[in-house]
Amino acid sequence: MARIPVQFRLNGDDRAEFIESGTTLFHALRDTMGDMSPKGGCHQGSCGACSVIIDGELRLSCLTLAETCEGAEIETTAGLGQDGVLHPVQRAILDGFATQCGFCTPGMVMAAKALLDRTPNPSREDVVEAISGNICRCTGYEPIIAAVLAAARSNSQNAG
Amino acid sequence: MSLALSTFASAKEASVALNEGGAHYLGGGTLVVRAVNEGDIAITGYVRTTDPALTKIDVSGQRARIGASATMASIARCLELETIWRAAKAVGGPAIRNMATVGGNLFAPAPYGDFTVALLALGATVHCADADLSIDDFLADRDNSSGRGIVTAVSFDIPAADSFRFLKVSRVKPKGVSVLSIATIIDTDAQGVVANARIGLGCMADRPIRARAAEAALKGQPLTKDGIAQAVAVIGEGTDPITDPIASGWYRGEVLPVHFSRLLLS
Repeated sequence: MARIPVQFRLNGDDRAEFIESGTTLFHALRDTMGDMSPKGGCHQGSCGACSVIIDGELRLSCLTLAETCEGAEIETTAGLGQDGVLHPVQRAILDGFATQCGFCTPGMVMAAKALLDRTPNPSREDVVEAISGNICRCTGYEPIIAAVLAAARSNSQNAG
Repeated sequence: MSLALSTFASAKEASVALNEGGAHYLGGGTLVVRAVNEGDIAITGYVRTTDPALTKIDVSGQRARIGASATMASIARCLELETIWRAAKAVGGPAIRNMATVGGNLFAPAPYGDFTVALLALGATVHCADADLSIDDFLADRDNSSGRGIVTAVSFDIPAADSFRFLKVSRVKPKGVSVLSIATIIDTDAQGVVANARIGLGCMADRPIRARAAEAALKGQPLTKDGIAQAVAVIGEGTDPITDPIASGWYRGEVLPVHFSRLLLS
């Protein structure tokens, strides 16, 4: 199949790639662009492990075709840390022992970031709702919820 | 191997391309890309349109027109549509709501399609590239696209806050697949007696259906325990609840009257 050009910004870097038409963003990121942070779980939109942020909105990379992202701003977990410093959500999840097996973690981090970008001081219910599309089979939701709330408090204190 | 995506500027062009067979229309991707990922070999390619009109939400007076590519998230952010937010927010988690479109929801097989249950109660009109249809007619012939073209929008009268009710029953909170969903538009007179009722049910067939017997039984009755008793007794009439890993058809049929009664008396 002929390859087509696609350009978008990935974690702040301009990227231009040739991909097969119909390739999912998930496969384009992992197989073509070497960003292994989105995890492949169900490929049905049920588990949230492949979550990324596209133009500020949480989306599922397994159900998004790469060529529909032409010109978009895409954020993945791999791009969150800056200069060796973890993003507050990553730091809080690490400090709060909220990783367990870790497979769901990149998707959880992106869901939490999308929430905090829009709602800097969320309630517990807001956090539960925000991660409701992300499945953790270690049943570790409580530490994750606590970590996201801790990250929000940390952001708030730093801003103050 | 991936499937090729063909992009068109207008809904008309996309409709023509779809009629050539094999390819499926790509809205938000939550149905068709999922099906491809699951190995559905009936899908041989994707067709989409980038017409910006399909993502617009227009509210004029009490009439709303929602483009087929508008997402559940965009509906849940539209202040003029606050009375139906509950139905939009019932669809999936945040990521799904950022992707799932109104047009796609119309085609979602049970146990999905909760927003369409609301559209059915609202008596929406489904606008297609080549025809406009009542949602009842559209759903009855949903799988046959000949002569109508792709869905471009839905429109409906925005209900008064106290006349629209919506309930999604699921086992997992806050996001879970439906055991069933119910949407009602109930207009009452000054004495609190039901003048008109439209009731949509989800998971009670392979697609959203009307509960016509219950609608008729409600008419002329007050919304009291005794007044709704006959409607509750016949709410399951004409249904054929689905069986899936979430619930058996028997279970869905058993709990439908309970949830319907609670919704009416809430």
